[in-house]
Amino acid sequence: MATVRFTKDHEWVSVEGDVATVGITEYAQNQLGDIVYVEVPEAGRAVDQGGEAAVVESVKAASEIYAPISGEVTEGNGSLEDDPSLVNSAAEGDGWFFKMTVGDASQLDDLMDETAYKAYVAELG
Amino acid sequence: MSDSVSADLKKTPLVSVHEKLGGKMVPFAGYEMPVQYPAGIMAEHNHTRASASLFDVSHMGQAILNGDDAATAMEALVPADIQGLPLGKTGYTMLTNEDGGIIDDLMITNHGTHLHLVVNASRKDVDFEHISRNLNGRAELQVREDRALIALQGPKASEVLSRFVPACKDMKFLFSTAAVIDGSTCLISRLGYTGEDGYELSVPTVDVVRVAKLLLGESEVEAAGLGARDSLRLEAGLALYGNDIDTTTTPIEANLAWTIGKRRRAEGGFVGADVILKQLAEGTERLKVGIKPDGRAPARAHTEIQDMDGNIIGEITSGGFGPTVGGPVAMGYVKTDFSKVGTEINLMVRGKALPAKVAALPFAPNRYYRG
Repeated sequence: MATVRFTKDHEWVSVEGDVATVGITEYAQNQLGDIVYVEVPEAGRAVDQGGEAAVVESVKAASEIYAPISGEVTEGNGSLEDDPSLVNSAAEGDGWFFKMTVGDASQLDDLMDETAYKAYVAELG
Repeated sequence: MSDSVSADLKKTPLVSVHEKLGGKMVPFAGYEMPVQYPAGIMAEHNHTRASASLFDVSHMGQAILNGDDAATAMEALVPADIQGLPLGKTGYTMLTNEDGGIIDDLMITNHGTHLHLVVNASRKDVDFEHISRNLNGRAELQVREDRALIALQGPKASEVLSRFVPACKDMKFLFSTAAVIDGSTCLISRLGYTGEDGYELSVPTVDVVRVAKLLLGESEVEAAGLGARDSLRLEAGLALYGNDIDTTTTPIEANLAWTIGKRRRAEGGFVGADVILKQLAEGTERLKVGIKPDGRAPARAHTEIQDMDGNIIGEITSGGFGPTVGGPVAMGYVKTDFSKVGTEINLMVRGKALPAKVAALPFAPNRYYRG
């Protein structure tokens, strides 16, 4: 059973064993609108919690995607290169951005669980 | 979800229509404007190219210039041939400053008894003050805050509008007519900012909700917001004031020499003519060009442009994704030596050099109705 956590910047991280998968939330993709380009990190890149890890571009603008936890990128989602709209159609599924190692599992405690994130989004109106 | 924005912002008379349609309201040039509706920018863009879209552009400034010498008075401020503008025809031109820079770009229509001016929202106060101050009693500027402006754009626009005003069908690109739609006297001009066939309608503010709803009620028509307006005009190669042109760029650098009338080239007599006519004869150090990135990453405004040796040769002024092109498109200024179509350049995006080429404009072919 995966542990799923959310950031205030609307990234999600799903941890299963020692592999974390990162993407943006349904709320985020809806706010961004039509995604036309995604730049995912290469395998081997070290990322810090809260540091820039990927870039997502809508028709209107470019937005930075931050690493929810620290660790090393093991795989970027190559499918997004050919079909960035996967982020719109399956933000919390096939539209994942990258997979990474879990550098420090205690960092997950800094993040919101699904209930807390839903309440957070509701607050944003 | 609430889409309300700051109370300090001005609203167009169509704000209630936008809200009802689910428009995502954002601040733009001091106004609360819909950047998109629930369909999204991409769908709104594609619908405009395939059918017809209605845009609210009521934030733009409208004014009329009265007086027998209105055309002559206006020619002191713009390089276009206003005296030679045929009755009912619109000309695209710019207000220039002493340095040859562009104060604003605008549309001027000759209505015989007066000229009708449409200027950018962000510049209307500056423009109207500049025009009023320089008329020297030869004409009278009357700002028309009682007029709203809507644009019906796309290949089905003619078919739709002709149901209400049959004369619109055969009207040619850049021509205008006054016509009554549902009891409201509108000024209809066959032009726009999308590269498509279409019209702009200057409608009495009190009637615009009714007229907009009437057009939106036609099966071919959907509402489109500022986001689609921007991607459409970028693909059409049309300059956006504040991005591609401003007080530091001249009409010659901006590749707008075609707007300068033959007589005006010979006679001059407009603000900044010495600079502009010299550039026309001798060329400029930089030119506005179309730019097509080779890859899929968009390059946005202010992206640095380098030559293949890493020297800075210019900057992107508008850039994004072109839904009709199916990839990134941009415009910007490059040193004139690099302005030839096909020239290889690099765009510096997030520290990386992305290969691109100077491209012909427009990116999507214009489909204006020329009869």
